[in-house]
Amino acid sequence: MTDAYFLPAAIVAHAPALLVAVPLILSTVAAAIPSGRAAWGLAFVSAMVALLCAIELFLGTRGEYAIISYAMGGWEPPYGIEFRIDGLNAALLLLLSSTGLLALLFALPSVADEIDKRKQSLFYAAFLLCFAGLSGVAATGDAFNLFVFLEISSIGTYAIIAMGHQNDRRALTASFNYLVMGTIGATFFVIGIGFLYMATGTLNMADIAQTIAAQPGNRVVEVGFAFILVGVGLKAALFPLHLWLPNAYAFAPNFVTTFLAATATKVAFYVIIRFSFDVFSIDSGFVQNTLTYVVTPLAISGMIVASLQALFQSDARRLLAYSSVAQVGYMLLGLGMATAAGVAAGSLHLLNHALMKGALFMALGAFAYCYGVRRIDDLKGLGQAMPFTSAAFTIGALSLIGVPFTAGFVSKFYLIQAALDNDWWWAVVAILAASVLAVFYCYRMLVTIWVNPAPTEGLLPNGHIRKVPLLITVPLWVLALANLYFGTNAGFMVDMAQTAAQAAINGGVS
Amino acid sequence: MSAHLILRVVAKLLIPLILIFGFYVHFHAKYAPGGAFQAGVILASALILYALIFGMDAARKAVPPWAARVVLALGAFIFAAVGFVSLFFGENFLDYNVLLPTDYRAQYLGIILVEIGVLMTVTAVIIAIFYAFAGRSPEITDEDW
Repeated sequence: MTDAYFLPAAIVAHAPALLVAVPLILSTVAAAIPSGRAAWGLAFVSAMVALLCAIELFLGTRGEYAIISYAMGGWEPPYGIEFRIDGLNAALLLLLSSTGLLALLFALPSVADEIDKRKQSLFYAAFLLCFAGLSGVAATGDAFNLFVFLEISSIGTYAIIAMGHQNDRRALTASFNYLVMGTIGATFFVIGIGFLYMATGTLNMADIAQTIAAQPGNRVVEVGFAFILVGVGLKAALFPLHLWLPNAYAFAPNFVTTFLAATATKVAFYVIIRFSFDVFSIDSGFVQNTLTYVVTPLAISGMIVASLQALFQSDARRLLAYSSVAQVGYMLLGLGMATAAGVAAGSLHLLNHALMKGALFMALGAFAYCYGVRRIDDLKGLGQAMPFTSAAFTIGALSLIGVPFTAGFVSKFYLIQAALDNDWWWAVVAILAASVLAVFYCYRMLVTIWVNPAPTEGLLPNGHIRKVPLLITVPLWVLALANLYFGTNAGFMVDMAQTAAQAAINGGVS
Repeated sequence: MSAHLILRVVAKLLIPLILIFGFYVHFHAKYAPGGAFQAGVILASALILYALIFGMDAARKAVPPWAARVVLALGAFIFAAVGFVSLFFGENFLDYNVLLPTDYRAQYLGIILVEIGVLMTVTAVIIAIFYAFAGRSPEITDEDW
């Protein structure tokens, strides 16, 4: 057990469990009470607890190959369920809980606006389930437990996406679509786990890693890997398995889009890293071949095709959703390089992308809150009407393009460097081409926002206009400034990503 | 009140038996197939039968929708709370051994508490789903077509 940094030692010892258990138990309370505001308070408390635990765990895993292991129910791993925190998932947990907390600040005005009063407490209960599930996926060291948490988070996600139906009935079909595809993905994942269990007789991921290292060339293991990759690829919106994502992001409530864009695909991406490098070994030929000949081409086609599709969208959130698919392509490209530098670059882009998409979707949420606008054409002149929100949006968009002094530049720089180390000049061409496309679609939105006179009336019922509440401005600017800060002082993020990559590639055999 | 006399009499006879069978499946799960999930569905089916024969209003009077919502949350809460109890005794989450001095008895007690929570949640969820479907008024009026 590591030393405690700032929380009491008794709490630190159980931090991995509390991270997941507190949101879970509070979600049951939130489901029972009728008041939406009280439920929001519970959600906020859980995100706060999760953040404190995540910071503590993050500090605790800074050392060389430091691993925090927690035996659920006192059953020693590999027999019982183990929660296992290393440099890789500590970074993810930190991202998850901090963006969750910021998104929740934004939620108070936004959810009160978009969701029926009687359903707000159930909404927060579903959100907490989703949050607990995502933290559980990140924290657990047990393959089957990971599946269970994946399902918990997915069920919560389907429910909160469908809550967008008060603004747009298409949220229901979007959510149903996601439900069908997500369930197929989860089924593939659990079939893959089944194959692994057949070959190894264990479900503990570190244990699986050791056992399959001893049986190279086992076809059952290889088939298992393929199933897991497809299943989680669906959740991560790996092109061409991304079809659920654009509609789900476009029609969900604004708060949900902000939260999911910053976290959900990231967690699935983490699972891919964990399985490709930690559970399976990159030394085995089939993982290497899959990453080079399957994941990399898909990543690059995703970057190009999804960016092209983004160009032709009329709904602002749909545009950003397609751009998210393209960004997942960048991350997977880093993964496909199968080098420490590549994985670090991919993880860095994961962290930075959460910052920029969080800021962008939150700004769109502010626009929707004040003017009721959703389509790009309706964004006309908001730069004059809401200069501060628009400025934050612009920072996010510049970061998305990868303009120097923003976070997006840093991760693209590392990605290109990693590609050059591999002599993958064509990957560099693809990154630059996709960035040019990003310039086009961001330009389109920025011009609409800035180069137009301020609108005289909003699209809200009876045309009135609301002011931006402080609870939207503060988290929005925190994210926007984080984009600038980590663009100029990249050290912290780069270090975090490199530790994560080291943990992924060298972990398991600690 | 004389319509469907046979149905109503048979239902009144059956419902208590269904409930007893539900609890039997729950508590006998150690020796025979069964458990909280199956038992919860059987318990809920008693109410569904009641609603089919006597109407939704009577069923809503017997088990109000808010009660279903509270019970479903409470069941999950009991499950999680058992986990937290072990935390307060300084052991790992869900470590039942703290509940009683003897380990195997403590494990027994822990799993029984958890199963009761599951039973409550499953029963209430099935009832809530039934209410949600059965109580749904058509949102599209005939004119809209």
